[in-house]
Amino acid sequence: MKIIKTCLTAIISSVMIFSPMAYADKWSDQFPHIKATGDIPGECSYESMSKKNYKGKTLKINTHAVPVMGEPTALHAEQFAKLTGAKVDVTHTPAGDLYAKAMVPFQAGQAPYDIVFGFSNFINDWRRYLEPVPKKYVEMKQMQDVTPSHIGIASWDGVMYQFPVDGDRHYLKYRKDVIDNPKYQKKYKADTGKELRVPRTWKEYGEMAKYFNDWDWDGDGEKEYGSAEVMKKDDLMYAAFYSRSAAYSKNPKTPGGFFFDLETMKPLINNPGFVEALTDWVEATKYVPPGGINFGLGDEIGSFGGGQTLFSFSWDDAFVAAMQPDSPINNKVGAAQLPGAMKVWNRESNSWDEGFNQAPFFVWGWAVGVAKKSKEKEMAFDYLCFFANEANHQADIGIGRFGVNPFREADFKADVWTQIGWDKDIAQSYVDTLAEMENSKNRVFPLRVPGTFEFNAALATAAAKALAGQLSPQAALDEAAKQWEDILNRVGKDNVRKAYAVGVAMEDNKL
Amino acid sequence: MNFKHKYVFLFPGLFVLIGILIFPIIFTIRLSLSGWNSYTPEMNFIGITNYIRLFTDDPRFWESFFRLSFLSVSTVILQYIIGFALALMVWREIKFKRFFRVIFLIPMMTTPVIMTVIWRTFFHESLGPVNDLLGHVGIGPILWLSDPVIAKFTVIIVEVWQWTPFMFLLLLAGLLSLPKEPFLAAAIDGASSFRKFVYVTFPLMAPISIGAIIIRLIEASKIMDTVFVLTSGGPGTATETSSFYIYIKGLREFQMGYAATLSFTYLVIMIISLTIIAKVLTKLMIKE
Repeated sequence: MKIIKTCLTAIISSVMIFSPMAYADKWSDQFPHIKATGDIPGECSYESMSKKNYKGKTLKINTHAVPVMGEPTALHAEQFAKLTGAKVDVTHTPAGDLYAKAMVPFQAGQAPYDIVFGFSNFINDWRRYLEPVPKKYVEMKQMQDVTPSHIGIASWDGVMYQFPVDGDRHYLKYRKDVIDNPKYQKKYKADTGKELRVPRTWKEYGEMAKYFNDWDWDGDGEKEYGSAEVMKKDDLMYAAFYSRSAAYSKNPKTPGGFFFDLETMKPLINNPGFVEALTDWVEATKYVPPGGINFGLGDEIGSFGGGQTLFSFSWDDAFVAAMQPDSPINNKVGAAQLPGAMKVWNRESNSWDEGFNQAPFFVWGWAVGVAKKSKEKEMAFDYLCFFANEANHQADIGIGRFGVNPFREADFKADVWTQIGWDKDIAQSYVDTLAEMENSKNRVFPLRVPGTFEFNAALATAAAKALAGQLSPQAALDEAAKQWEDILNRVGKDNVRKAYAVGVAMEDNKL
Repeated sequence: MNFKHKYVFLFPGLFVLIGILIFPIIFTIRLSLSGWNSYTPEMNFIGITNYIRLFTDDPRFWESFFRLSFLSVSTVILQYIIGFALALMVWREIKFKRFFRVIFLIPMMTTPVIMTVIWRTFFHESLGPVNDLLGHVGIGPILWLSDPVIAKFTVIIVEVWQWTPFMFLLLLAGLLSLPKEPFLAAAIDGASSFRKFVYVTFPLMAPISIGAIIIRLIEASKIMDTVFVLTSGGPGTATETSSFYIYIKGLREFQMGYAATLSFTYLVIMIISLTIIAKVLTKLMIKE
């Protein structure tokens, strides 16, 4: 009897232990995208979704162009359709038109799309047209692992409007095979008298980029350049400018606003901190590849990921692309926080505070919501939940072109990355960088106020004029500040202040 | 017979005209008097506030307008000269005349956006074949899209390549319809080819030339797709044109009311300036 009991216990235990694996085999056979992990049990796993029946229903999605976010949207739509029987129509739209493509029907009271993709900083303009994420999804296990920063980014006044599918921040990417190379370290020291190391400040970044510009330092027979950056107007270049500005302008001693002084709502973007950053950036036009002043995000990813430059800084995509097995610089890159500065502007004392300062920029990323007027809300949330389920998420974050980046606590473990072929020390430096940013107390969050688009566009135009040599950095930012004042007057200072206060509270570590 | 019946037959045409022409213009005017934007999505009435903003506080629109004038006038002049030269070439009895006629029309038959993407790839400063080829003869790299001055000429090159065939087609049709007698008379008088062109061909072609130039000016003044794909108005605002600027204000920044103000003002300016240009061209090119 005892033997039978022991055998039964062993059999039952085996079934319980190996049942997830059994699912994994079953689902990864049908869906090779998740072959590395198989299905991972959860409320929105492949297994769970296969029990839903949406036959005869149609889900309409507006997403970005292929590949960034557009490709995973379409892939998961196809999978979702197979599992649930639903028909899923996916429309691909260029990044610059995502806002308007949703806003026009939103304002007309129509819902041509059940699900709309955009950027997380659209939240203020879009939230009145979006259905809050239902409690059952907010309380799900997969949501509990999302970092507090990204829960904050997806929410407004404690209500989640955007379903977390992506996490974004800007950080530095560098060629480890050059920076850590003793031969180049010696040469750099001999030629400049300075240490070759991961740049701590933007000035060091510029010096090294200039030194390694326009010559063949990797011996591939082609010239390499200093830095690849997003400098093209209307192609998210303002995010790059904020990244360069944070160290000079985000002073932990002066809480109460990075973009505006929350009290007076005076734009701060033409203060000496921002001007210093723009001056550095104008200088950077000398060490980008030919045509680098017209690089959009795709060009930046291709340029750094293709081994053309020493440095780059922006979203994770360029780093992940560089680390893919087919990349010419696979396992030759390193990640670090954005460079800092040896001085930071103090707007209260109206002078520079000397000393090292660093400020991570939690730039906006991809965000997605369900239209309030949608007639298929349940199916829409199920799709989003399925999109971000653990198996899909783990597969997606390893593919650079997908644009899906870490936003869960589990992503900040080196093992996740070594499993997909990254060297251990690179994986460790990557997750350490992300974790340091999460833990920083001097962070900058994106502007999320009414008229965000106008503010960013005005800044981008001014910065682009400075980069093209049409205006000096000071004149360009004065022009932008003047336009920000005009926008404030049109939108209403109090409206903007009320919304901006939410972001400031996050920056000042009050949320 | 009741003559009032004839008005019944006018209604369909009139209805269509009102629907597709009059209503959009009236709607645009009404929208231009509102502050419709992303945070005030309503047709409120703000009077002429948007017009005051345009005329007192928006130098970017006027800069883009003057840039557009430069781009459209220069591209149309080049298209006219090259188009006329090509038309004259295939108008004569040359070998493979039909083949050349088809070849010259190919650029016009391609999709502008697709072709501009290809041109952008050609002109890519570090990866494109143009700089690569020039590099082999020791030239460059030329900043085709990154230099504020050169970028304008890059836009002109693409526009001229794309739309010269249209000019060629109109002018060739004009040449083929010219009467033979004046040419015979000039030949009997012993006129040289140059004099025949100056005193016979060109004057006879003047009405068609004016029509072709005006049609192309109208089209060129709407230049948007080339700029959008090739340079996005950059570097800085160096290649930003009026239509691209209106697009940015309306569909990027979602300032619908203000974009309507820009559109209506632009329409009025274009009607006035094209009327003046047509009059001036007529005076210059057609001699009584």
